[in-house]
Amino acid sequence: MPKHTIEPEKWVDRYSDYLFNYTISRVNDREMAKDLVQDTFVASLKSMKNFKGEASERTWLISILKRKIIDYYRKINSNKGKAEVRMDYNSDEDEGSWLEERVADPFDKTAEDTLVNDELGEAIYACLDKLPNKQAQVFKMKTIEELETETICNELNITASNLWVIIHRARTAMAECMEKNWFN
Amino acid sequence: MKKGFLFISCDEAKHICDKAQYNEASLWEKTELNIRYIWCKFTRAYVKKNKQLTTTVQKSRVNCLQNSEREVLKKAFEKELTKQD
Repeated sequence: MPKHTIEPEKWVDRYSDYLFNYTISRVNDREMAKDLVQDTFVASLKSMKNFKGEASERTWLISILKRKIIDYYRKINSNKGKAEVRMDYNSDEDEGSWLEERVADPFDKTAEDTLVNDELGEAIYACLDKLPNKQAQVFKMKTIEELETETICNELNITASNLWVIIHRARTAMAECMEKNWFN
Repeated sequence: MKKGFLFISCDEAKHICDKAQYNEASLWEKTELNIRYIWCKFTRAYVKKNKQLTTTVQKSRVNCLQNSEREVLKKAFEKELTKQD
């Protein structure tokens, strides 16, 4: 029996930020990163029958995203892209077989900084996943997007006092979670 | 609960500390926080953890989608989902 189930209708809410963060650190182009995340969701939807449930949905989506990023570099035919393509998935017969064990990151062999940042980003997103939706949303807007208090209050239709209460709860939970998962 | 001139409660200190992480605490508030920081170990512990979180998130250069971008992505994907049905 599969350990993990697949729920595509929840993918955007659950994984879009995580996939976007993963992508933008590699392609350094916001518009392209969004396109690649969207392509990943669509390709995953079409390949759902290949999901065996052995890995988590997130791991499976990342393995597909990695292929998309490699395809992107193949297309632009940059020197960087060529180097990356040589490292993994260089056979056309692999095309379309989104195997769950294909999760090794071709990029992490060359960039220690990227690896550390990846792990840290992963730890942050793992902790964000544990927060209630509202807290995660406000925390991301305030801390990651660095939006003004007024902008967030207007967008979410909350008062500044509400915002600070939410921020306080989110920060306390995040600090505790990061303490367990990252600092220790 | 407000304790009086220059003396603030632990909750107020935490609130000011949160605002300070986003550079939104006033000089006066920071002074109040600093006074409590000197004698309250709970405030010191909170400030330490809070600063550590700020530094870590900044160091990670973590990124996320804007709400509007996520909505666009969601709509486009919902179209794909309906095609699947």
